[in-house]
Amino acid sequence: MSIQQRDAAIVGIHEFPSRDVEGELSPLHIKAESASKALADAGLTWSDVDGIYDAGEGGASGLTIAEYFGLSPTVIDTTNVGGSSYQFHAAHARRAIAAGKARVALLTYGSTAHSNVARIGTGGRGMGGYPADNLESFAGLTLIANYAMCARRHMFEFGTTSEQLAAISVATRCHAMRNPDAVRAMEDLEFLDIRETTVDDVVNSRMIADPLHLLECCMISDGGGAVVIAAPDVARDCRHKPVWILGTGEATKYPGGGADITSSAAVQSGPIGFGEAGVGPDEMDIAMIYDSFSITVLTILEDLGFCPKGEGGRWVEGGRLRFDRPSEGPALNTDGGGLSSNHPGMRGIFLLIEAARQLRGESTAQVEGAKLAVAHGNGGMLGSRHSAGTVVLGGD
Amino acid sequence: MTESTRPLPNFEESDTAPFWQGTMDRQLRFQRCNDCDTVIFHPRRHCVGCLGRDLIWHDASGLGTIYSYSIVRQSYHPFFRQHVPYVVAWVDLDEGPRLLSNVVGIEDPSSDVHCGMAVRVEWEPHGDYAIPLFRPL
Repeated sequence: MSIQQRDAAIVGIHEFPSRDVEGELSPLHIKAESASKALADAGLTWSDVDGIYDAGEGGASGLTIAEYFGLSPTVIDTTNVGGSSYQFHAAHARRAIAAGKARVALLTYGSTAHSNVARIGTGGRGMGGYPADNLESFAGLTLIANYAMCARRHMFEFGTTSEQLAAISVATRCHAMRNPDAVRAMEDLEFLDIRETTVDDVVNSRMIADPLHLLECCMISDGGGAVVIAAPDVARDCRHKPVWILGTGEATKYPGGGADITSSAAVQSGPIGFGEAGVGPDEMDIAMIYDSFSITVLTILEDLGFCPKGEGGRWVEGGRLRFDRPSEGPALNTDGGGLSSNHPGMRGIFLLIEAARQLRGESTAQVEGAKLAVAHGNGGMLGSRHSAGTVVLGGD
Repeated sequence: MTESTRPLPNFEESDTAPFWQGTMDRQLRFQRCNDCDTVIFHPRRHCVGCLGRDLIWHDASGLGTIYSYSIVRQSYHPFFRQHVPYVVAWVDLDEGPRLLSNVVGIEDPSSDVHCGMAVRVEWEPHGDYAIPLFRPL
């Protein structure tokens, strides 16, 4: 542990509690409220911020976000790589702080996907501006079907089963039922029969896009959050113990050249992040893995090296991902995840927030003595072009 | 019935226009670099294997295999919602490119489609152009 670089730490967090703002708040409102509460959590204020990291969604841009917050930052980064933008932001903030370009970085996210009735998973993909979209949009590939093709190929190559994938949904729901915000989210979004689930519940739920069932798909909520990342000397004076960023990795992957969709860009970002941190996946107490769908988690667990490629199905079955079985490996998505707590479209920031809660000892599904966590975001679409951001975090 | 139709590409988009022009002759076209033999798909103006730009268009045989697929059972798209359940698939052409398309001409998608299945292109006309779909051999 002595060789780790402790250049920057998460010192403030806030997850916007409501998942249904009933059209009364904008994404910018959610960002600003979350930012102020994350700064208060850190014991800092607006004027301390000199770095802004925001994916530019919801009406802000690199040109206007500082004005909206009333800040004069020296670093502005509006990287948008989809849901893993916040892992990229954390990586970039750490580098900017280590280089002396910033001392307090503010990461913000806000979305009203639920209020907007955004059919993210099932709307069919519109024409984007990228040339490849012009060869793909005619096929009616929904986002869920894109991920489903990864699951289908994984089943074909490795014999993975729906029952095994369901273990991921069951573990996250178990954690969600301990989190009052997650329970309220499911109530507000009118989930039916809100309770802990079984493998049978998952595989008997409605098929959305074969082989993915309803209970393998994330919710579409409103929401947002903020994270404050600070230099070590600032972090020492903050209200909570610092949560150190020990290593980061970034990657993209795309179709072409016979790309293997049973593995993701995490194959590249994971070893970089763990290598920089000087720790391995087997040492992780917490795995905050972007759970857009069950298959996303299974693929990424393999890619990060928790188990060999193709063995993820057998590895996750039986409940080892639960928070109360720490001897069998990391606890997965202890806030309830995108499957059962919060998914307004780009969930990456919540991976950092819940990992920080665990390393502070504040989770509603707390792993006793948790010291190390990985927060891995996936952006875009797993079965075609996507991004991967790995952030390895350590307690103080 | 609604009037909505399959979402069509912009047949004149600069990178992909030669591909769509090929569909007028019911040809599936792809690019290969004349200098380094790299297959380029989706089409581009430059080679991603070398620093050149001498890309030659080739006609594929129209034969391929299903790399992976899904059966879409829920869609809010005004056209596709009328056609659920339907099959989307990544199809590996024998010549190398991988296309996203639909698999048609099957009785029961739950049992009649699988990874590795051999397929052949089938054209759905739209004016002079055509959309490439695939049917099991």
